[in-house]
Amino acid sequence: MTAAPAPAFEAPASEAGSHRAPDPGFGVYVHWPFCLKKCPYCDFNSHVRNAVDHDLWRRSLLAELDHYASETAGRRVSSIFFGGGTPSLMAPATAQALIDRIAERFDLADDAEITLEANPTSVEAEKFARFRQAGVNRVSLGVQALDDRALAFLGRQHSADEALAAVELARKAFPRISFDLITARPGMTPASWAGELARALEEGPEHISIYQLTIEPGTPFHASWRRGELDLPDDETQSAIFEATGQTLAARGLNAYEVSNHAVPGAESRHNLTYWRYGDYLGIGPGAHGRLTLGGVKHATRQHSAPEAWLESVGTHGHATRARDPLAADQKRQEITLMGLRLAEGIHRDAFVRELGAQPEALFEAGRLDALREAGYLTLDAQRLAATAAGRLRLNAVIDHLLG
Amino acid sequence: MTDQQHTRNFAIIAHIDHGKSTLADRMIQLCEGVSERDMREQFLDNMDLERERGITIKAQTVRLTYRARDGQAYTFNVIDTPGHVDFSYEVSRSLKACEGCILLVDASQGVEAQTLANVYLALDHDLEIIPVLNKVDLPAADPERVMQEIEDVIGLDATDALLISAKTGQGVEDVTESIVQRIPPPAGDPQAPLKALLVDSWYDQYMGVIVLTRVMEGRVKPGTQIRMLGTRALHDVNEVGTFQPARTKGEVLGPGDLGYIISGIKDIDEAQVGDTITDEKNPCAKPLEGYKPSVPVVFCGLFPASTEDYEQLRDALGKLRLNDSSFQFEPENSPALGFGFRCGFLGLLHLEIVQERLEREYDLDLITTAPSVIYRVMKTNGEMVELHNPTDMPDRMHIEAIEEPWIRATILVPDTYLGNVLKLCEDRRGIQQDLTYAGDRAMVVYQLPLNEVVYDFYDRLKSITSGYASFDYQMEGYHEGDLVKLDILVNQERVDALALIVHRSQAEGRGRAVCEKLKELIPRQLFKVAIQAAIGGKVVARETVPAVRKDVTAKCYGGDVTRKRKLLEKQKEGKKKMRQFGKVEIPQSAFLAALKMDDQ
Repeated sequence: MTAAPAPAFEAPASEAGSHRAPDPGFGVYVHWPFCLKKCPYCDFNSHVRNAVDHDLWRRSLLAELDHYASETAGRRVSSIFFGGGTPSLMAPATAQALIDRIAERFDLADDAEITLEANPTSVEAEKFARFRQAGVNRVSLGVQALDDRALAFLGRQHSADEALAAVELARKAFPRISFDLITARPGMTPASWAGELARALEEGPEHISIYQLTIEPGTPFHASWRRGELDLPDDETQSAIFEATGQTLAARGLNAYEVSNHAVPGAESRHNLTYWRYGDYLGIGPGAHGRLTLGGVKHATRQHSAPEAWLESVGTHGHATRARDPLAADQKRQEITLMGLRLAEGIHRDAFVRELGAQPEALFEAGRLDALREAGYLTLDAQRLAATAAGRLRLNAVIDHLLG
Repeated sequence: MTDQQHTRNFAIIAHIDHGKSTLADRMIQLCEGVSERDMREQFLDNMDLERERGITIKAQTVRLTYRARDGQAYTFNVIDTPGHVDFSYEVSRSLKACEGCILLVDASQGVEAQTLANVYLALDHDLEIIPVLNKVDLPAADPERVMQEIEDVIGLDATDALLISAKTGQGVEDVTESIVQRIPPPAGDPQAPLKALLVDSWYDQYMGVIVLTRVMEGRVKPGTQIRMLGTRALHDVNEVGTFQPARTKGEVLGPGDLGYIISGIKDIDEAQVGDTITDEKNPCAKPLEGYKPSVPVVFCGLFPASTEDYEQLRDALGKLRLNDSSFQFEPENSPALGFGFRCGFLGLLHLEIVQERLEREYDLDLITTAPSVIYRVMKTNGEMVELHNPTDMPDRMHIEAIEEPWIRATILVPDTYLGNVLKLCEDRRGIQQDLTYAGDRAMVVYQLPLNEVVYDFYDRLKSITSGYASFDYQMEGYHEGDLVKLDILVNQERVDALALIVHRSQAEGRGRAVCEKLKELIPRQLFKVAIQAAIGGKVVARETVPAVRKDVTAKCYGGDVTRKRKLLEKQKEGKKKMRQFGKVEIPQSAFLAALKMDDQ
């Protein structure tokens, strides 16, 4: 069903007892900023354009990659992720060129995970084979719902049947696949969700991401919500859905290795683990963010988000870096906590030492840590600091309390 | 020094929103004095806050030159007086500087309680009163009825009342002509020893304290050594002049003149409203009557939301005090809220204004504790303590009796709402003194404990009468009451800022209301929060805020971490406004809102 986990990859669940922190890896993220249509819930950096000059975009992405490669050359790349936007709209040749260039300028691991986000439409499914040829070995499909009315509500351009057909095609084309579903939609009950989830599980996924619908400012849904037109499930229902989802998936061997991500052991997204384990990653393309250790100092990078401005800047300067800020210790403390506590494995003591040169006891106020441990929201043992299931259900409040 | 025969000093008495500032603006336009460029809406109210709230806080004056129909030029000194009960003493002093006044009444709304109080003050000062009905252009205007009301309620002959619209300008010239004809010129002997009334004073960062004065007798000019008869302060005059409306330097001020004196006063306490100014070398025999230093009647704690703002708050209070001697403050340390100040005010509006100015002009975030009055605690050892702060209440064992201040409140209300008003007053332990009708309006007079009034009485009154009631009060005296201290506890810890002194009969209801309100206001946390109200050790009400059920961000990837971190930093900023109770952190906004709660 799935490709065997690569030996270099340290799985979070199976190695839970390890005394050493897993290597967070080093990933390259490439942002493709275009969509055929904006979905009403989405606040990502995505744009609709009548025509995209694919040659120009390929050359420009390569140029920005080259720019950063000169600073981070020689690093071993454990994963590449094409995100968006809708990167499956990209010409497969662009993906090919980028993967080849990364192999040329960096040390691309033989077992590197190379993921493409894709819409599950028949048009895009036709391109799967060519993306596979380009080197993509994992695809993440935005199925979002298995109910045609819900798909229409979410502004998706595919039906449930078309999405399931695309999942089938993807499974044939790629060694590893994952798909996303959006839960806690208006009108949803724990019962209706259970039915939808069961149908999704018939596909036998080894990795699935389940996101509660979040109303983001600046989206059409936000406007509807403010007008009182969205009847979102209440707190109780959302909690029930969240907990039932975890239990259903766990019973099928899919562990909630992160708040919204479930996988059979070994099928976790390595690229995303790099984020959550607070490793370094390079981000290129419009609006891409990066975390790069340069000269021993971790930096937060951000590229120009508007596609045209990004193109112009890359044309002039060879890159479109808008921000490149060294991170202070307290900022790193916040980030490693924000990201790491999302993982079931939590944050290794070694990771705290690696990033901050200190143990968690020295990084957090004792009173706060103790209160959260006593309440059953956090655990801290000889290896790691981790949120319990109860803690992850309330993670924002836990982190807020912990960081003071 | 102006020609007394051609001078008219007058004030405009009006209820809030009856159009006083608009009328003043029209008169300024009709006279010579302000260029179009300087002509702002409601020129006289020059503090932003005053303009926004449409009320006057400090007395303002403007000197205008009016060319009357008789062809002669007259000097008008218009005194814009504060229009609120908190400042009635200042109104009274302002009126003392006038020979007449315009009684401005909204032709549809009629006479209001505040109008009443100020007209009585004007009658006390023997002022010539010109009744003017404003807003006659509005469809709801009913001048006949309102004239009848002026006669019935105030007892003033309204047959000569002028009908105007300050907004359109209609009839405004009749007002200015009446001022010339009906208001007497100021008397006073320019050769007599100097006797001048201190009408107002404020601090200017370049000039020091500027004194607004009305000269009654004698003259004052640069070089005069002036003595304040009340505060005994002694200063040399540097400059005199008038407001036209810009400050304009003059040579001398004489009888009837309204002008300013700058004399190097640094401390506003030396320039108290109502004091008598005389010439040290040639003093007048007797001071003007009725001077009293202003005394705060309402107290509350002001705390910086963030502890590092303490110094800034102290500086800001000091600066405000430069301009407002009726406001007092002293340091206070509250276990719940940290270091702050106990402040005294003339009334609730005064409190609100100071609070708003601190937040607006000094960019401070403040926590204000429940307003309190001054209680007199008679101790068993015979000692009497004045209690400004509920947390200072002595142990019950040592208390013989507690006295609280009472007021005499006058409320005017359309009779359809009378039932609601009577109920409110009875609920607040009121004792009815009088009830009369004028047309379809009722005037009711109650004795009320002030502590029941500082607790949202005015808001309630407005809400139960759809805003039609008007209210005024005067202090009456102290009476013994069965008063207890009500503590509010969060997770077993006393929130001193929420402690209240209440009548025993109100304690349980009030305790329950505070607990219920806090339950609504305290956001759900990781840990449950117990809220209790207690008298002594006895819990009279309790509520629990359950722990948060679910609160987690769905997506958090490489591109989200910066944003999430910034959000966290922003929340951290907000946490400065939190206070820790055991494991939980309660936003101060919850306490604030609880302090502002309405009762139901």
